Amino acid sequence: MEFFTLHDFMTYSKGITYLVMGIILIFMPLYWLYLTDRDK
Amino acid sequence: MAQDNIIAKNPVLTPFNVITGIILFVGLILTILRFTQGIGAVTNLDNNNPWGLWIGFDLLCGVALAAGGYVTSSACYIFGLKRFHSAVRPAILTAFLGYALVVLALHFDVGRPLKLPYPIFVSQGTSSLLFEVGLCVFLYLTVLFIEITPAAFEWLGFKKLRNWVVRLTLVLTIFGVILSTLHQSSLGALFMIVPSKLHPLWYSGYLHVYFFISSMFAGMSMVIFEGTLAHRWLHDTMDKTHIAESDGVVLGFGKAASFVMMGYVGIKVIGLSVDNNWHYLSTGWGLWFMVELIGFVLFPAILYSMGSREKNLTFIRIASFWTILGIVLNRLNISVIAFNWHLPSADRYCPSFTEVGTTIFIVTLGLVAYKFIVTRMPILHEHPDYKEEH
Repeated sequence: MEFFTLHDFMTYSKGITYLVMGIILIFMPLYWLYLTDRDK
Repeated sequence: MAQDNIIAKNPVLTPFNVITGIILFVGLILTILRFTQGIGAVTNLDNNNPWGLWIGFDLLCGVALAAGGYVTSSACYIFGLKRFHSAVRPAILTAFLGYALVVLALHFDVGRPLKLPYPIFVSQGTSSLLFEVGLCVFLYLTVLFIEITPAAFEWLGFKKLRNWVVRLTLVLTIFGVILSTLHQSSLGALFMIVPSKLHPLWYSGYLHVYFFISSMFAGMSMVIFEGTLAHRWLHDTMDKTHIAESDGVVLGFGKAASFVMMGYVGIKVIGLSVDNNWHYLSTGWGLWFMVELIGFVLFPAILYSMGSREKNLTFIRIASFWTILGIVLNRLNISVIAFNWHLPSADRYCPSFTEVGTTIFIVTLGLVAYKFIVTRMPILHEHPDYKEEH
């Protein structure tokens, strides 16, 4: 990926980061459920 | 008393005593060499690499692995998880010894023991992160010392003093958490001053967050690992309550460590993404980074999760040891291995035998002090005069 301006770079890297954060936000509660579902 | 019987029964010439005796003797010779011949005589440090094994392992790993103190006491006294109460004193003791040895290791590195009070009382460098780390370590070591004194007072029979200090428990715990948050993260933030020296895969604007989050699961893993060793070697000093609660501590901390470690992997990936460092992953350094992140964080996190779901304590204990190795690897990567990564191999730092020997000496000193205290004071058991007080 080639970047010509800082704006290009930020758009790309932040775009990917938001996707990663979305995945983590969905994954972490599910992981907590996986860890605790046998407690009861 | 039962404790006195245990001490009286133990022979002096045990393998533990002989081996530690030899290490301490060699360590004393190295100490004399260090303080009489100078740092150049005993280390491979130079102007390119002014910080080596003593900072990378003794200090950075020592502080991270001593995090069990604030993690356990906050779980018990702030979050009210009283089922972890029996783990608090061993964790506080480990933290106290850990921090005391960090200060000792710093003396070896700095070489000016008489100047120790200067940064706090004489010449404060308030714009430096090192000042903040120094101040926090000084205050937290004092807090840990006060937190562990009830055990010494119970042993010595100072009932009034003991009861007075016990009343301070919650305040000390809160103070300890604040100080730990500050200096655990500041140790990571120290390396934000070297963006051109530290490899981009380890350098990040979130280094302070990484250090703080990783200290949490380092502390929890250390409590589990230390408990495992204590069960193996110091079982005689434990009472029924400690033994009965220990499985719950292992399961609870294993579960919590697994969750925090998954979150840590998540923020590490976010760090990669924010700086757009994906392309480094296909290099040799990238492979090494993946070994650290997948092999020593993700893998033990999964092992922890399997252990806590299946109630398999062996899995959790293996994971705790694996995690401790991962923390050591991470701190050494940041301070030594991936530091000055662009230098030719002839200029890279490799610790000398005397540096390694001094590190082994300092760790052994901690082990001996731990064993000395645990076999005498009520750390792994409750004192008969203060049972059912919690």
